[in-house]
Amino acid sequence: MASNQIMFILFAAMIVVFSILTVTSGKILRAAVYLLFVLVSTSGLYFMLNYQFLAAVQLTLYAGGIVVLIIFSILLTSHISQNFESSGWKKNIFSALAALIGAILSIITILDYSFSATTEAAQEVNMKLIGKSLLSVDHDGYVLPFEVISVLLLAAMVAAIVVAKKGAPRKTELSNLNQK
Amino acid sequence: MQYFLILATVMFFAGVYGFLTRRNLITILMSVELILNSVNINFMAFNRYLYPHKLEGMFFSIFVIAVAASEAAVAIAIIINIYRRFTTINVEDVDEMKF
Repeated sequence: MASNQIMFILFAAMIVVFSILTVTSGKILRAAVYLLFVLVSTSGLYFMLNYQFLAAVQLTLYAGGIVVLIIFSILLTSHISQNFESSGWKKNIFSALAALIGAILSIITILDYSFSATTEAAQEVNMKLIGKSLLSVDHDGYVLPFEVISVLLLAAMVAAIVVAKKGAPRKTELSNLNQK
Repeated sequence: MQYFLILATVMFFAGVYGFLTRRNLITILMSVELILNSVNINFMAFNRYLYPHKLEGMFFSIFVIAVAASEAAVAIAIIINIYRRFTTINVEDVDEMKF
């Protein structure tokens, strides 16, 4: 139990520190690397809670996929050591105030509420169970959201390709307009 | 259990702060990822400590991760397109559609 708590404190401290650094860091590439640390320690939390499959998904999809995508687009669109011009102090202060008040209110609510756990025995999570319930049409099955998410992924893939590919005719139209 | 929720709350509001103050489109996208990730932590904590005999939270987290991935892909495609057209990704310079 003690080692569990130490691990939780370690991961929680990492997540809090790096998520605040992610949104305050001046250099954009550093912010992306801090985001990577946040996602990796989140997957550590999932390992701690014994959800190995979700931790692996988190590592490969978030840390491996999304962060690499973000870093690529940063390198494509801005200079590495570029500093942001910071938005006005008024905006900063009011945003910080809003975030702080929201956080304090939710933390007070969380501490007030008494959660009641069930007494049923914990279910062991293994890959066979996950695969069966993802594709079953029974009471505990998730085949409908599974199909919906697959259609969504296909649509997102097609949309990303269509949006990001070179719009050659439009560009010539635009330059023609500019010449006129 | 409560500590997990407090941790997720701090992470969520860090994301909200970043969303409000940042001006670069990519950092706004990163803040959205932080927010989605904190929600996932909430789902997993609820699933483990309140309903350990079921798996609803876990499947919901998987679907949230899938939605976040497709959202990031589409958003980055749009950002690259905007950069190609305006050569900037600062949200205050991209105001051509403003009326």
